[in-house]
Amino acid sequence: MKSLRLYALAYLAFLYLPVLVLPVFSFNNSEFIAFPLSGFTIRWYQGLAADTAMQHALGNSLKVGFATALLSTMLGLAAARAVTRYRLKGAGAALGFISLPLFIPDIVLALSLMLLLGAGGLPLSLAAVVLGHLLICVPFALTVLIARFEGFDRNLEEASADLGEDPWMTFWRVTFPLMLPGIVASLLLTFITSFDEFLLAFFLSGTEATLPVYIWGQLRFPERLPMVLALGALILTASVALVILAEHVRNLGAPKTTVGA
Amino acid sequence: MSFLSLRAVTKSFGGPAVVDAVSLEVERGEFFALLGPSGCGKTTLLRMIAGFETPDSGAIVMDGETMNQVPPHLRPTNMVFQSYAIFPHLNVFDNIAYGLRKLKLPKSALRSKIEVMLATVRLEGLEDRAADQLSGGQRQRVALARALVRAPKLLLLDEPLGALDKRLREAMQVELRAIQRKVGITFLLVTHDQEEALSLSDRVAVMGHGKILQVAPPRALYERPNCREVADFIGEINFFHATVREIATTGVTVNAGILGIVTLPRDNLTNGIKEGDHILLAIRPEHVGFADAGVAGEITASTFLGERNHFQVCLAGRSEPVAVSAAAAPSGQAVHLSFPPQFLIGLPSGD
Amino acid sequence: MAQTGRNSAEGYSLLVPALGVMALGLAAPLALLLLTSLKSQSGLGFAQGWTFAQYAAVIGRASYRVLFLRSLLISGAVTILTVALAYPVAYFVAFHARRKFVWLVALTIPFWTSYLLRVFAWKIILGFNGLINSGLMRLHLIHEPLSFLLYNPFAVVVTLAHAWAAFAILPIYVSLEKIDRSLLEAASDLGDGALRRFLRITLPLSMPGVIGAAILIFVPTTGDYVTPELVGGPRGAMIANLIEVQFVGAGNWPLGAALSLMGMAMVAVIAGLFVAAARAGAKAAR
Repeated sequence: MKSLRLYALAYLAFLYLPVLVLPVFSFNNSEFIAFPLSGFTIRWYQGLAADTAMQHALGNSLKVGFATALLSTMLGLAAARAVTRYRLKGAGAALGFISLPLFIPDIVLALSLMLLLGAGGLPLSLAAVVLGHLLICVPFALTVLIARFEGFDRNLEEASADLGEDPWMTFWRVTFPLMLPGIVASLLLTFITSFDEFLLAFFLSGTEATLPVYIWGQLRFPERLPMVLALGALILTASVALVILAEHVRNLGAPKTTVGA
Repeated sequence: MSFLSLRAVTKSFGGPAVVDAVSLEVERGEFFALLGPSGCGKTTLLRMIAGFETPDSGAIVMDGETMNQVPPHLRPTNMVFQSYAIFPHLNVFDNIAYGLRKLKLPKSALRSKIEVMLATVRLEGLEDRAADQLSGGQRQRVALARALVRAPKLLLLDEPLGALDKRLREAMQVELRAIQRKVGITFLLVTHDQEEALSLSDRVAVMGHGKILQVAPPRALYERPNCREVADFIGEINFFHATVREIATTGVTVNAGILGIVTLPRDNLTNGIKEGDHILLAIRPEHVGFADAGVAGEITASTFLGERNHFQVCLAGRSEPVAVSAAAAPSGQAVHLSFPPQFLIGLPSGD
Repeated sequence: MAQTGRNSAEGYSLLVPALGVMALGLAAPLALLLLTSLKSQSGLGFAQGWTFAQYAAVIGRASYRVLFLRSLLISGAVTILTVALAYPVAYFVAFHARRKFVWLVALTIPFWTSYLLRVFAWKIILGFNGLINSGLMRLHLIHEPLSFLLYNPFAVVVTLAHAWAAFAILPIYVSLEKIDRSLLEAASDLGDGALRRFLRITLPLSMPGVIGAAILIFVPTTGDYVTPELVGGPRGAMIANLIEVQFVGAGNWPLGAALSLMGMAMVAVIAGLFVAAARAGAKAAR
């Protein structure tokens, strides 16, 4: 139907509008973010190269992101295997519990963790941010990895054992290669989620800001806005690239339908 | 001495026993089938022999060695899975060669071994084909080749032909038999398809509710089933209620209701039945004859099956029609049926 | 085949690390939150003893009640708006699009960018000297900037509706995609035209997806902080903004805790009522 297609395209435009604001005005030669456009410039990007505070925050975000990606994928891998390969009573309840953070407002998660740190006498820090990020990233990792395990013929590991391989070699020759795309996808998706996350980092990072927290701090200085947009445009491009990569990897080696007999 | 010996093997998954004190002997070089309906425990039994499940009690002995504690990768068995379990990330060559890694063969020796196997299963030229580009029949053969190339002492097949269409299945049955004869390995096949079991095997064990009901060569199973379940499961059969009047060396006389008083050969009565017992009298449709005199009845349905016709004949005093299989159709609907006593089998009534 | 019996211990041990992290990061902190809500602030610490004073304060103050109501109304509006706008798009992709995968990827890419940046972009778009105003002025369609665009509930609703679009599209798409096309063919064969088919078959069968999307959006939106903070102004403030104030600086932690728990409880009750009503509605419709 033509009108429906038109509507869908208009909707798509509405979705991308704010997103496109970032790259468009990051090249705009004016301190004010308004129409009309004032010509092309890359000075805002050049400004970023000199901004050491921003680069320090970027470093923090990368540290937190890598740690979160690694830990959430490992936890998710173990849990996904447990739930798909063993008949466990209460598996459903365990999964529900692990997914609970997705239904609780971020601010409540953040503040409760702050209370925990206070009660334990621990300082706000990047490690605390990682813990907070694990709460929202483990469910993600679980979803990706469970889907991968379920699409995996269970007989394959048994066949490998039947053909003479001990459990370790079976893992290496069969399980790991087939799980790899799922593992990579999980690492990428959890990394991006952690990298872009603002609220938990805002409350838990203390003195060491992550990149979104740094950006938040810049928002009240109008003269710094175009540089913030430039930074945002860069983050946007990187995130999109990683997501497309993750989707591509996730579908690699997924069982395809066979040709008819 | 038999090659595979199962001694009172029992297994349950937290409820009633799925495999109930099963004892079985399989000879070296036999093509042996485990036949039964879904849920009878045959697949669980097979998996215990392969090592993927552990018996709760009983022993599994292969070639004199007790295997209960031996993990699957150290047993002299190989299995062809129902889903084939072809490794999707490897091509045909690597799939077949998978289990040979430990032998560390030089490349040329490995290649020639695989090629011989490819020829045996008739997949020559496909060694570089990717796993996801194979048809169902091809995957089945790769699974077979992969298992056979390790020259196991016992090959286990879990409903290997179930997913194939009829034509392919029949062709594969012939090939499977030929391969077994050629290679000489003991084959243990699990299936719910009685035609398959009867046409392929040297001996068949019929299972029901976790127990072995009867073990016999196919012909004996067909002609002399020892109980109602086996008779019912193998081919089609007619049952009549009867009571044993007299057992003598010359024959067994029974009161068979609408069939009257009949005397069958002594051998046709299952062991353990005594005078006065209620029994089931069973006869195959192809042994029931149309005659000029006999039990009167009316044809209520007839089906043309090519070489034979199948009829349903209603008798007075009996609710279920009698199945009759004959080459020629009689004229008219009113007929008389004859039940030659040499084909009547006496089975326990199971009440 | 899944392992049983003695291997269950192995299975449980694999599950323990994830559950352990959750217990540490979720269960314990929430328990602490509950305990904190039952205390009173005293200087920089808590007073002795337990009390329900915070809950009384939350229910007692009119301005708080107004805030709760406004938060619920805003998230209700966001939920309805987002679902209503997303449904036709999901329908289009499920039934009429030829390259579904491309459409789905195109529709979800914007949501993999930083939420903070997207909200900020809306601030730029809706601002007094922002893109809409400067664009309209440039085109001489208005002579003075429109002031109703920003720092009010309107801005919050628009921004959140944009932010949650993907969470509406995907569940609705999945439930539409699952509908057996032969059901529609049967309906057509039995005399139903396109609109009838939609109302009698497609819409009812897609309801689980719609309800799922509604819950998925409503529950977190009530507790959102960033959007009201950046584009809401005083008139568009929501519960989270008030909660934040209690925890920052020398605020009132027990009050903040009570506000959080009350908020979560309210949302849970409403969501529960909604799901129950939807189920009852589905049963009645049979």
